[in-house]
Amino acid sequence: MNNRTESPLIHITKRKAMAWYKAWGIRLIAVLIALVVCGIITTLMTGDNPIAVYATMWKGAMGTQRRIWALCQGIAMMLCVSLALTPAFRMRYWNLGGEGQILIGCLATTACMILLGGKLPNPLLIALMSVCAIAAGAVWAVIPAFFKAKWNTNETLFTLMMNYVATQLVAYFIIIWEVPKGSGNIGIINQQTEAGWFPVIGGQRYMLNIIIVSILTIVMFVYLRYSKHGYEISVVGESENTARYIGINVPKVIIRTLLLSGAICGLTGLLLVGATDHTLTTSLAGGRGFTAVMVAWLAKFNPLGMVLSSFLIVFLQKGASEISTIFSLNQSFGDILTGIILFFIIGSEFFITYQLHFRHSGKKEA
Amino acid sequence: MFDFISFIPRAIVQSVPLLYGSTGETITEKAGNLNLGIPGVMYVGGISGVIGAFFYENACGNSAANMNAVLAIGIPLLSCLLGSLLMGLLYCFLTVTLRANQNVTGLAMTTFGVGFGNFFGGSLIKLTGSEVPSIALSATHSFYSKSLPFASSTGAFGKLFLSYGFLAYAAIIIAFVSAHFLRKTRTGLNLRAVGESPATADAAGISITKYKYIATCIGCMIAGLGGLYYVMDYASGVWSNDGFGDRGWLAIALVIFTIWRPNWSVFASILFGGLYILYLFIPTGMNLSIKEIYKMLPYLVTIVVLILTSMRNKRENQPPASLGQAYFREER
Repeated sequence: MNNRTESPLIHITKRKAMAWYKAWGIRLIAVLIALVVCGIITTLMTGDNPIAVYATMWKGAMGTQRRIWALCQGIAMMLCVSLALTPAFRMRYWNLGGEGQILIGCLATTACMILLGGKLPNPLLIALMSVCAIAAGAVWAVIPAFFKAKWNTNETLFTLMMNYVATQLVAYFIIIWEVPKGSGNIGIINQQTEAGWFPVIGGQRYMLNIIIVSILTIVMFVYLRYSKHGYEISVVGESENTARYIGINVPKVIIRTLLLSGAICGLTGLLLVGATDHTLTTSLAGGRGFTAVMVAWLAKFNPLGMVLSSFLIVFLQKGASEISTIFSLNQSFGDILTGIILFFIIGSEFFITYQLHFRHSGKKEA
Repeated sequence: MFDFISFIPRAIVQSVPLLYGSTGETITEKAGNLNLGIPGVMYVGGISGVIGAFFYENACGNSAANMNAVLAIGIPLLSCLLGSLLMGLLYCFLTVTLRANQNVTGLAMTTFGVGFGNFFGGSLIKLTGSEVPSIALSATHSFYSKSLPFASSTGAFGKLFLSYGFLAYAAIIIAFVSAHFLRKTRTGLNLRAVGESPATADAAGISITKYKYIATCIGCMIAGLGGLYYVMDYASGVWSNDGFGDRGWLAIALVIFTIWRPNWSVFASILFGGLYILYLFIPTGMNLSIKEIYKMLPYLVTIVVLILTSMRNKRENQPPASLGQAYFREER
């Protein structure tokens, strides 16, 4: 038997709270260490010096004006999905179905554009597209929410499955609408008439998305922090029993929050199809539904923090993809780098939440 | 007439990766770890095996005659197990030791694992200098796909039961052994206790960290074999990027479908494998679009099972109670 009486080498306790700047400092250190590790790996792969690698990364993300706009667009879309998932996450409802909800929004938008393009005046068409896309996303999110509220069905797995149902549904409609027949893709919708295309603001086709998402970020921040709904979401997330005790109708909050969550995912789909891509593919959501989970989590579900975390993730993706192009590595190299950086940030959360006490020194280390 | 004699063997070969994945994930989930990184782990398992086989084949001058059967099977097998073990350790270090969020860690592992597989797959393709975007290890395949004797001489019986590579039979054995282990042994009972109520298990003197680490790592190694089977046997030793597809998520779906019972998984995986390829066997004529709807079936079936088990709310059919939660002794 172990009869040791001295205290263990490392003793872990939970921190009370940490100032936000310290917490972000720790995350920043984690990112820096991760960048060093990524640099070493890239150097091993390419034989180039790490400084050149970072310079390439920077150039890839921000090198030209066009790239900066593309970066902003990427951030806006990532942020939009993260904002969508946030209210659900704050309720401890793991909505992993962002991917499917976006796709369904894309599908509804496309359906309106193809079936009604040219038959309705453009403003009316755009209004209809918006309503359909948002409603479709909301419905897709509320199906699992209904079962969660009523029978406590596991939402993580349910929403995950809904993604694939949505993907196949999109695949089905792509074959129905494909142009030309047998090509397996739809091509640009309404290329001649531009029916249902969103107006371009200030000569920049990404401008509209960026404006909409910026407004949404602030609204979401206010909604979560200052509204009664936001309060109810937090209480349900902290403890369902407390919520029930103080008279919050938990099923109602779950369903209402997921309606909102799905609606914003649907909006993302609308923006993707209506404002930028004007086409529909099964990979249009591009894994954002999953990446946004990490983006939202990195920012501790704070909408303003998400601006930073989505910048970080999108910057890395763009930079890493530039590295793989320049050094003629496989495109998947970007995924490896993103993965490594995520692992470091995920690990760093431990040092924000907990504190280590060493036996001898008695020193506290962050 | 629906051609069962050719349908069932194809459903079975389709089912093996799913069975490995779901057996591995079941063991992991029984320890309270919801490992959404399984798709990534299966990619890593597959590519690690490919890397091992690639260098061994090259060392032997790319001819099956020079290769030793034990090494030809053993080297990819070991490198696959090693690769998946490392992924398992990474997951455990982050979620158990550092108590990170399991969903986020799992998703990051999937991003990393799929990227890792495609990256090294692509790099090996470049090494061979070929024009085709895939890598063929036909010599290793010939060792992995060796079917049982009498497979071709016993007609339909041989085709249905004897025509698979050894990894297919291993999958079924592993699933039954895991089911027995989880339900009938003391260690299995402890493991389930860790998943249901870590605080109780901890009070009973069970080392939570040890159980979670070992269960998750073994689970990952089993799941990794699914990737290996896919490349070496099912895909005839050809690695093509993204070829494995979304089978990892389907394996996770299968865990729910079988309500955490690996022995049911043996049959359920064949059902899923069948649903996965059903669209190839349904006569649809010129109507290609309807096939996409058939591909939805495995997911729809999983959703229905998920709903039904939660509605019936029987205690033995529920997910492990602490699934997805990190355990910290001082937080009760």
